[in-house]
Amino acid sequence: MKLYNGGKIIAGLVVFVVLATFPFYYNIGKVNAKPEPKIDTPVIKQLAEKKCVESKEFMRTEHMQLLNRWRDSAVRNADRIYENSAGKKYYISLQNTCMKCHSNKKDFCDQCHNYMAVSPYCWDCHFIPKENQG
Amino acid sequence: MSINRRKFIKIAGMSTILGIGGLSAVDKFRGKSQEALADVQSDIAGVFQTPEAITAKRWAMVVDMRKFDNPEIYKKCIDACHSIHNVPDMPRKKDEIKWIWTDTYEHTFPTMENEFIPEEIKEKPFLLLCNHCDNPPCVRVCPTKATFRRESDGIVMMDQHRCIGCRFCMAACPFGARSFNYTDPNPYIAKKDPTYPARTIGVVEKCTFCAERLVKGLMPACVEASDGALIFGDLDDPDSKVRKILVTHFNIRRKPELGTRPSVYYLIGGIDNA
Repeated sequence: MKLYNGGKIIAGLVVFVVLATFPFYYNIGKVNAKPEPKIDTPVIKQLAEKKCVESKEFMRTEHMQLLNRWRDSAVRNADRIYENSAGKKYYISLQNTCMKCHSNKKDFCDQCHNYMAVSPYCWDCHFIPKENQG
Repeated sequence: MSINRRKFIKIAGMSTILGIGGLSAVDKFRGKSQEALADVQSDIAGVFQTPEAITAKRWAMVVDMRKFDNPEIYKKCIDACHSIHNVPDMPRKKDEIKWIWTDTYEHTFPTMENEFIPEEIKEKPFLLLCNHCDNPPCVRVCPTKATFRRESDGIVMMDQHRCIGCRFCMAACPFGARSFNYTDPNPYIAKKDPTYPARTIGVVEKCTFCAERLVKGLMPACVEASDGALIFGDLDDPDSKVRKILVTHFNIRRKPELGTRPSVYYLIGGIDNA
């Protein structure tokens, strides 16, 4: 069996393999910077007990579902009080509850959202707190 | 290599059975993940109404036109609403966003058949807002349930998150109560109120009877600013202030013949028999 134009074909294959795997080589050894959401806002610093409405683990994985539930209950049922699993009550509002503490969108929300390449449309309408607007 | 019909049907049958098996496996898997989600949600404890909230079965407003005696009072009502709800002041008239506004008598009541309305009232601008109809046509046409009539209090609400900007509701509303954000409204909001959200390009907006204030035990902003010219209350309660006014005063509604049953009533003078 004879390979016609072998040189060209093999050279082409090498070029293809190099190009196709380029992203892997390019990023080798480069550890992607882990997202580091900061919770050092003035309001949080003043809290006696630094706790969100639910546990850190829950908020990390389920905050989107929680926000959706908050939205539906506030807009559709006019229920604006949320009682968490510890029995503590919070006023349901993204701007007046969540972002009062987490007033650092850049250093908090955006950290993970950018890392995960998601762009939720919350801030198309809801205002970003002033003190950390950049 | 060819296959005969018998063999073909056998293979087709077998692969169909396998295919169905595969599908059911997918379903099972999906069912599991949904169960997991349900578990998570049941972990979330309850949501309640705020204790200070004022409630009604069907909120309604009475506009006492006799008390609108100077341009200031219109402005006060409109500004009170538009400033706290981040309603933009659009430079072009066709982009206008309005929650509460004024128009002439002829435009407000185009089908009015009562001829002898007090002249001084006829010449005034009328204060207009969403009628929060009992039978709202905007809700009927909304394809995403972004707008809906709240069973609990009769307010016709908007959920801007769900609005796809199709503007069916604007076509359906016979009162022109809905405005569409043709451009990003943010640059045109004079003074942003950080406690209330704004809207974005491509959504419809309108008056909400200040649902966000009612849950805090406050009257709607325009009612508060109106010095008694606007009266707000429960239409379902025979002892409420609005009901007492409506049974003792001559009142009209906009386009009642359309059967939308508006919840905004206008007092246009006449002798009080209260």
